[in-house]
Amino acid sequence: MTQLMTEDGIRCDGRRVDELRNVSIKVGVLKNADGSAYIEFGKNKILAGVFGPRDVHPKHMANQDTGILRCRYHMSPFSVTERKNPAPSRREIEISKVIKEALLPALILKDFPRTVTDVYVEVLQADGGSRCAALDAAAVALADTGIPMRDLVSACAAGKVADRIVLDVNNEEDQEGQADMPVAMMPSVGKITLMQLDGILTPEEYKTCLKTAIGGCKRVYEIQRKALMEKYFQNGEQ
Amino acid sequence: MMDVKRRYVIPGDIIATGPLRAEQNVYQDGDRIVATSVGISEIYENAVRVIPLTGTYVPKANDLVIGKVVGTSPLSWEFDINSPFIGFLPAQDVFGRDYSPTKDELRQRLDIGDLVAARVANFDRSRDPLLTVQDRDLGKIESGELVEISPSKVPRLIGKRGSMIQTIETATKAMITIGQNGWIVISCEDPEGLLKAIEAVKMVDTLAHTPNLTERVKSMLGVPQGEYNDTIND
Repeated sequence: MTQLMTEDGIRCDGRRVDELRNVSIKVGVLKNADGSAYIEFGKNKILAGVFGPRDVHPKHMANQDTGILRCRYHMSPFSVTERKNPAPSRREIEISKVIKEALLPALILKDFPRTVTDVYVEVLQADGGSRCAALDAAAVALADTGIPMRDLVSACAAGKVADRIVLDVNNEEDQEGQADMPVAMMPSVGKITLMQLDGILTPEEYKTCLKTAIGGCKRVYEIQRKALMEKYFQNGEQ
Repeated sequence: MMDVKRRYVIPGDIIATGPLRAEQNVYQDGDRIVATSVGISEIYENAVRVIPLTGTYVPKANDLVIGKVVGTSPLSWEFDINSPFIGFLPAQDVFGRDYSPTKDELRQRLDIGDLVAARVANFDRSRDPLLTVQDRDLGKIESGELVEISPSKVPRLIGKRGSMIQTIETATKAMITIGQNGWIVISCEDPEGLLKAIEAVKMVDTLAHTPNLTERVKSMLGVPQGEYNDTIND
């Protein structure tokens, strides 16, 4: 078993407990999609493409009152060390569902009845916390599409490693740590849209963990915001 | 237009608080007014709106659009109008009242792939947009070059009282038909003018958010500065 944390609180990849991995986002990387984004979240490399609002096929899925959202989270066969079967796994189906439900509160789809918005997320390289990174990319891609949104969605995980609460759990910490809590929120509105917890925390630890994750989301939000500003205004603040 | 406050915003940005009227691309959350789109916010006369820089075309009655025939049914054509919704053009609109599906062949008038300038006759949430070609200058487009720009940038291409489009048309001697849906047909007898006009339209698309765009387009087209100034400064 690898040592996850040194005595002076330095983690296995050299970060402090409250430090985020390097995050960079690029907006509008795909020409054929209506909106797109590419995120590098530590060693995670994830591409998100959005199509729509567009006609719903199969037709019976269409809702006369509002637009619908579909999400597909997929890991490439080469995204992990051992080849992954490209067929959607149980885990991918779950993540597709939680991403969809985390994005839905931010979208205003009532102006697009009988249409669908498709979000495709492709994980090119995975390194723990990919659902949060995927959500971050998907939210920026949706904003790039121009679908009305109440707010962006920012996501970041926190967890418990070597008995301490840490921000942004990486792959090793996820595998061998004690708890992992992905959180997504709408930072300006101040509402949480996704919260999962894998592991056991005491009530106090739970509170600090949630607080740490929210702090991480806010930092990710600044990066998302910067990426959008760069694409649309070449960073020229008025 | 005296006291307009402008700012670059992204979804979720709080533009203002207080008793203001929420207009396009914003929503009201208590007394806060929040942007729902990437764009430029404007506060004027107690109203707040965001001019979007991205987004799809949502049809509006009376809009001129350019559509491409994608299919036919016995009684109508179906059009791609660069929108989430499919445009319908009833056969009676082209053949007249005595249209009969057994007698007339829709595809002889408009076949799949044809471009048509049409007007949105009617649109609401419950039904797809209904098109009409019963007006001057509407109908099948026989020649020209199709340029696609973002529908949110069409107002910029037209400019104040049509100043931008006039500038381009005069400088290149091109005929430009602008569909509100972001599809634009440019025709010009002089091939060089055509290329210039296409370039100018694409320039407006990429630089839509920058100030002094008319001046920049003019210098790109080689129009002497100061000419036609009467159309942009009012």
